[in-house]
This record gives sequence, structure tokens and C-alpha cells, in this order.
Amino acid sequence: MKALIVDDSRSMRAIVARFLRDIGIVDVMQAGDGQEAIEILEGSDPPDIVLVDWHMPVMDGLEFVANVRRQERWRNMSIMMVTTESEQDQIVRALAAGAHEYLMKPFSHEALTEKLMLLGVICPTTAAVVGS
Amino acid sequence: MTGAMTEFQYVQELVFERSAIVLSDDKHYLIESRLLPLARGLGLQNISDIIDKARRTRDRPLEDKIVEAMTTNETLWLRDIHPFMALRRVILPELIARQPPTRQLAIWSAASSSGQEIYSLAMILEDEFPQLHRRRVALLGTDLNTEMIDKARNGLYSKLEMNRGLPAAMLIRHFSQEGTGFRISETIRSRVEFMQMNLAGIWPILPKFDVIMLRNVLIYFDRPTKQRILSAAANQLAPGGYLFLGSSETMMGICDLFISDTAEGATFYRLKEHS
Repeated sequence: MKALIVDDSRSMRAIVARFLRDIGIVDVMQAGDGQEAIEILEGSDPPDIVLVDWHMPVMDGLEFVANVRRQERWRNMSIMMVTTESEQDQIVRALAAGAHEYLMKPFSHEALTEKLMLLGVICPTTAAVVGS
Repeated sequence: MTGAMTEFQYVQELVFERSAIVLSDDKHYLIESRLLPLARGLGLQNISDIIDKARRTRDRPLEDKIVEAMTTNETLWLRDIHPFMALRRVILPELIARQPPTRQLAIWSAASSSGQEIYSLAMILEDEFPQLHRRRVALLGTDLNTEMIDKARNGLYSKLEMNRGLPAAMLIRHFSQEGTGFRISETIRSRVEFMQMNLAGIWPILPKFDVIMLRNVLIYFDRPTKQRILSAAANQLAPGGYLFLGSSETMMGICDLFISDTAEGATFYRLKEHS
């Protein structure tokens, strides 16, 4: 299982990476904005899940999602917005742009795990074993 | 952490350290409801025992269990996912195909807490079973705690609660923003009834249910009470109905009225004579 975290906050990337590691996702790439994330995607095998912040310099999360969704080669990647934005119309916009899920900051380790289960990235049994 | 801390302060700090969740002082009451079942499950008598043990030993798995109990037992929307997959893909289609359309379909969330489980089912029925829109469907949530019943009836949830296993698509379809929280739609809210009920007490007159969700609640009770509750649940189950326990719960050695079956990764129970 492979993940890409896109967030301009280094500490947030570190927290999410640690949460992912705790549930057994150790192959984690990181990018500080949408443009850097696109460059990483172009130079590597696509990850199973991309966790992307909304507000970032250069290319924001929404534009990143829309760009990725235009590319056939990345169609199997699950994308989840992970952001402080919590207005309902923002969630509508994120899903309309092509995000599959939406997680509002701040969030707990469990909330992230449950969303990854919804996306089928991990199964409940794996999460229970790792979390026990 | 110092020895001068109260038990609640200890739990507050531990939860914050591990999950970044702030347990405000008004959440003190949660200690009782969340940590007692955990203590009992570990063979300890009371909450002080489990907190003492965690403070003394700094045992990481025990600390994790405390954090999880204080944060995860927060009712989630699609808790464990598998039972909901079994319901939407196998059980509900089977019930709908088997029963005459004039018959009422009845589902009971027997430890409904703040309503997420039964509302999740109401949303699934609304979204995925249009053939039920013209049928009579009874959805009941019961809980011991009247505050939880009031909260469930109110249908207003915080951001933190919305994050817990609710698919974003469901949030968009069935909730509207209200302040910093989200309120469930009147369409869904009006389909569910909530009622205070003590599973360990005398049960009120209830209809027969096609599905009973009795998840993550038996741990609160001693063995004779568990047996009584499971016998009563057997009486309450319609012929061919389905009973769910929590994913880590079993009735092995406690009750022999049911046989277990599995679908979509979920285990559920049916009455022996109707299996």
C-alpha cells in the first residue's frame, strides 16, 4: 500500500505519515503543494491513496484534484481532501472536482482510519490488528 | 504526569497526547460510560483500578485502549463497515424479496447512543432501496441514557462526530450546516423513533424486528444479564430475522438460541429454528 500526502505544513505531513505508519502504510511520499505532487506522480508508480490539503501555495488542493482527475493513468487512485475547510459547499466542491472522501481537521487517528476503510484502502481487520 | 492529578485530568492528558482530542471538563461523565466496560473486560472491578494500573505501569497497549475507549466508542456512522455491507448487499435485499410488500420492515438499534447507527441505516434505506419508499418501515433507536436519546432526536452533530466514518457523499445528501455543526435532514430524522430503555430491565412491549443491532453493549453486563438480554432479543426477532453483535463480541457459551452466519465479512445471528 502506497500513499501520497500533499500539505504545505511539514508538521501536518509528519502527523499524517505517522498515523499511516501506525496502520501499516509505510510507503509514503510527501509534497508541499499540488504542483510538487503532480511532479512526484509523474515520476513514480501511482499511490493507492492521496491525502490532500486544500489551501497551499503554487497549486491548491482543489486544482490538484481536478488536474489528477483529467488524467486517465491516475484514475484508480483514491483521493481524500484533508483540510480545515468545513463548510458544506466546500465539501460539495471537493467531491465535484473528483475527491472521493473528505476529512475535516482536526481529526483523530481513528477518524483517518475509518475514512481509509470507507475508501477500501484498508480493511477493518487490518486496522483492528494494527491498532490492538 | 504527576500523582497529584485527578483521574479525569490523567485521562484528559493521555487522550490529548495520543489523539490531539481535547476532552473538555464537561465530558467527565464519559469516564464512567467508556472506561467501566473496558475495566470489566480486563477483569478489573472499577474505573480507579484501570486508571491506577495505566498510571503505574505506563503500559502502552493499555493506554491505547483507554484512549480508544474515550474517543472511538463515540458512536460512529458506519461502525466496522462490514455489518452495513452485509445489510445493504445481502440481508435487506433478502428481506425485501421474501416479505410481502404490505408487511412492515422493522429495524432496532438497541444501544443507539447518539443515533449514528440507526440514522446510518435510515440513510442507506433512503439512498439504496427506493422500493422501500412506499413500504412501511419502522426504525427504532433505544438507549439507557436520556441525554443520548435527546441528542439523537435533535440530530445535530459536531465536526468531530461527522468525521467518524460518515461518507462525505452522505454528509452532502442528508445534512445541512448549522453553526459549526451539521444537522440531519428532516426526511431522515422523521423516519426514526427514539425511546429510553434499559436492556437489563423489564422490556416494554415492542414489535418484532427483522434486524436487531445489539452491538458493543453486552460488555456492560454480567453473564446472567447477557443471557437474559439475548433470550429477550430472541423473542423480539421476527421469523427469519437477523441479530448483530459487536465485531469483537460473541455469544459462544452464553446463549444457544442462535446460529451464526457470515456475509460480506460480517458475522450475524439467526434463530436456530428459522435458519
